[in-house]
Amino acid sequence: MAQTRREMLIDPMVDNNPITLQVLGICSALAVTSSLKVALVMAIAVTTVTAFSSMFISMIRNHIPGSIRIIVQMVIIASLVILVDQMLKAYAFEISKTLSVFVGLIITNCIVMGRAEAFAMKNPPLDSFVDGIGNGLGYGLILMLVGIIRELFGSGSLLGYTILPTVNNGGWYVPNGLLLLPPSAFFIIGLLIWAFRTWKPEQVEEREFKIQTVDAH
Amino acid sequence: MGLRNFFDRIEPDFEKGGKWERFFPIYEMIESFIYTPKTVTTVAPHARSYVDMKRIMTYVVLATIPCILVGTYNVGLQTNNAIADFGASGWRAAVIDALGIGFNPNNPLANILHGMMYFLPIYITTLVAGGIFEVVFATVRRHEVNEGFLVTSMLYALIMPATTPLWQVALGIIFGVVIGKEVFGGTGKNFLNPALTGRAFLYFAYPAQLSGDSVWVPVDGFTGATALAVSAADGYQALAAQGMSWWDSFIGFIPGSMGETSTLAALIGLAFLMVTKIANYRMVVGCMGGMIGFSLLLNLIGSDTNPMFAMPWYWHLVVGGYAFGLVFMVTEPVSGSHTNAGRYIYGALIGFMVVMIRVINPAFPEGMMLAILFGNVFAPLIDYFVVQANIRRRAKRHV
Repeated sequence: MAQTRREMLIDPMVDNNPITLQVLGICSALAVTSSLKVALVMAIAVTTVTAFSSMFISMIRNHIPGSIRIIVQMVIIASLVILVDQMLKAYAFEISKTLSVFVGLIITNCIVMGRAEAFAMKNPPLDSFVDGIGNGLGYGLILMLVGIIRELFGSGSLLGYTILPTVNNGGWYVPNGLLLLPPSAFFIIGLLIWAFRTWKPEQVEEREFKIQTVDAH
Repeated sequence: MGLRNFFDRIEPDFEKGGKWERFFPIYEMIESFIYTPKTVTTVAPHARSYVDMKRIMTYVVLATIPCILVGTYNVGLQTNNAIADFGASGWRAAVIDALGIGFNPNNPLANILHGMMYFLPIYITTLVAGGIFEVVFATVRRHEVNEGFLVTSMLYALIMPATTPLWQVALGIIFGVVIGKEVFGGTGKNFLNPALTGRAFLYFAYPAQLSGDSVWVPVDGFTGATALAVSAADGYQALAAQGMSWWDSFIGFIPGSMGETSTLAALIGLAFLMVTKIANYRMVVGCMGGMIGFSLLLNLIGSDTNPMFAMPWYWHLVVGGYAFGLVFMVTEPVSGSHTNAGRYIYGALIGFMVVMIRVINPAFPEGMMLAILFGNVFAPLIDYFVVQANIRRRAKRHV
């Protein structure tokens, strides 16, 4: 690994983004992005879990038997998720209710497992921690973008503050109801991936098949 | 032939190496709109036919003419009837007053004119908004702009309620063109019907303007439920009390989206598409079979709580968008199945889903739009199984 710590932190933002390049963690990105506040809390929760689980797993990586490593990783990740869940319930109960089952589902979030398996098992603790933070932030960045678009155009507000006064409240903006439905995040993430890959063409995957063309003769 | 000479003179500028090379798609669009496209097949097999894409698309647009006429007449009729009770307002009323035509619902000319004043703004908005995105994509992606968009825009305008705000019309067609068609590579590569994709987007994004009781007749304060909404609430027998007979529905004098109310007009269009062999009869047969079969089954089962169970198939045929969707959208060759056996299955699936959504799903009174999109998604899978079945059958001959 010839990566510097800086690269570990910056790379997952755009060049190796867990959502737009690796297409991981999509379920939660669909479910929790209808308002920016919830998306923000979710991003922080996932970043915390990814960073600390990577660090702890990396600390004991040389003592984990290969055949049961997934179980060991799961135990560590699950403990951290329970911790985060309890913290949210204690200090941000309303948001915790909105997030409902999705906090618990961080355990199965592919990003957390993916970093543990792909990075933390082979690297020292501090590097793993930085890598976890970077990937959590990369995930958070997309969540923020989707959350901003969905809350702004779906209900005309950001973090609960009215930006575009809606018709129901005497304003002029007609909110787009589709954006409050989970499928809209599919469109937005799809369009984001399109934008990212237009900006960075090296992210475009090779075609799995080629449409046959016949030369004139 | 001055125009031909003009095109021949400027063509080198748009070809490879010319100074306006980037704008070749725009040149090609205008040139092939006016003259027959000169691209010909260069490699075998040479199947000769008088039908090209331009002709197919133009025929479909021609086939919608009865729907446009009856549709605009009906919008005018419904509006003028309502104006008798609620009074007229808005710029359309001002124009009609200025022309001195009046709001008499018994005067066909007044009805058509009034209807056109709702249809044309929506249609023109569709053409401009969708057309801009179509041309931008064609220029950037270097593919041709073709007549497919004329069909999409016409069908899209016809399935809008008359009151839809124009900015929503524009947003919907842009979504339909970009997400429904261009991201997959343009005309011929779209697996969803772009017009329906646009309408589905509006339907879920702005339900208040695209469904309900007050959007079908553009008069303030007037509420007129569609035939399907009435039947969903009180059974199809209640339609008579609302003044909607089966013949009204068949000819198209009921509230609904602008072009889709008239079954008769849609069937005239179907006859034209059948004679010109643009619509494939297998899809139509499948779709009718699926609808009739499943609604007969539901009639047989019956229900005490859901009056829609009792709706006979000949009512399903004439209310809502069934006939219009059957003629112009189920038969669309690109997004439907491509194998002959698959076409029956594809049609039957849509026919079944329409009745399913209308009768059993309480959330949506109308089901044609969602049923066709559902069928579009399944079409490649149906084709796959048909092809595999054929391969297996033929493999058995060579033991």
